[in-house]
Amino acid sequence: MCDTCGCGDTEIVPVDVRERILSHNDHQAAHNRQHFVAGGVLAINLMGSPGAGKTAMLEATARALPDAKLAAISGDLATDHDEARLSHAGITAATINTDSGCHLDAELVHRRLHDVPWRDASVLFIENVGNLVCPAVYDLGQAANVVALSVTEGVDKPEKYPVRFRAADLVLLTKIDLLPHLPGISVEAIAASLAKVNPQPRLLPVSAVSGEGIGAWTDWLASRR
Amino acid sequence: MHEYSIIQALIGRVTEAAEQRQATRIHRITVRIGELAGVDADLLSSAFELVRGHSLCAEAELTINRVAARWDCAACGRVIEAAMPLCCPTCDEPARLSAGDEMYLDRIEMEVPDV
Repeated sequence: MCDTCGCGDTEIVPVDVRERILSHNDHQAAHNRQHFVAGGVLAINLMGSPGAGKTAMLEATARALPDAKLAAISGDLATDHDEARLSHAGITAATINTDSGCHLDAELVHRRLHDVPWRDASVLFIENVGNLVCPAVYDLGQAANVVALSVTEGVDKPEKYPVRFRAADLVLLTKIDLLPHLPGISVEAIAASLAKVNPQPRLLPVSAVSGEGIGAWTDWLASRR
Repeated sequence: MHEYSIIQALIGRVTEAAEQRQATRIHRITVRIGELAGVDADLLSSAFELVRGHSLCAEAELTINRVAARWDCAACGRVIEAAMPLCCPTCDEPARLSAGDEMYLDRIEMEVPDV
C-alpha cells in the first residue's frame, strides 16, 4: 500500500531465475543417484518403443548371469505383466503404473525403491514406459541410458528421435535373429543413422532368442560397474 | 504428452517465487527451450493455456525463446555443421553440443504491492 495516499498501486518486478524447469526432478534424481552410488548398484534407465524387446532383454540377461543378483522397476501405463515375467526369470521386480503418464520421473522411482531390495543387487534396471519421446526428458538418477531399438523399426529411428538417441550411452539393436526376414534392413544403415545424431555412437546387435550379442552386453554392464 | 507435466513444474516454481515476494499476479514468464531439449514449444504454449487455470498465472503471458542446436569441438572450439559426421575435422574429437538442449525458466515478471 502506498504510504502517501494509500492508493494500493502495484509495480511489476522482474525476477531473474535462470533455473532448469525440471530442477525439482533433477534434485530428486541426484538424490537417487547418490543412493545408487553409495550402495554400489549400477542403475540403468532402459528405454525403447513399445515392443522393442526391453523385457525380453532383461530375461535374457538373467539367463546369462544366473549367479548375479538383479533387480528391476518396470514402468507401464497399466498391468504388472512385465514384473511377473521378470520375477519368473529370477529378477526381483516391482511395477510403477503411471495410469496415463507417458514417462517415469525421479519421484516415482524413488517411491518404488522402498518395495525392491535394490541394495542387494549388482544392477538395478529401470525399465521405462515404452515411448521414444517423453522418457528422454527426465533424469531418474541412472548411471547410464540404454535404448532398445529393434530391427523391425526400420533404419532411421535415430534420426527421427535425435533427443533420445543423442543421450543413449548404448543402443541395443534387438531381434537380430529376424534380419533374414527383413531384406531392407541392415545393421550398417542403422549405425549410420545413429552416427548422425550421436557423436559417440555405441550400437550392439543382440538377440534375446538366439543369445547372440548377450555376452557383449553383459561385458558392457560389467565395465560400467 | 509430457509438456503438461513440464508446465505443472513451471507453474509450481513460478508460484513459489511469487509467494516469496507476496506477488498478486504474474505478468510474464520467460523460458528458454533448446531445439534438442525434447519439448515442443507449441505444445508447451497450448499446455500453459490449459493448465494455468485460476492460478496466479491466469493472465500471464508465456514467452518462449528458442535456442538452435549448435555443435562444436571441445578441444579447439571449431563450429561443426550438423551434417554428419559429428566429429571435428581438425582434431578428430567427437562433437559437443554446446547449445540446444536447454529447458530453463529465465525470468518472471510479477506484480507486487508497492510498499
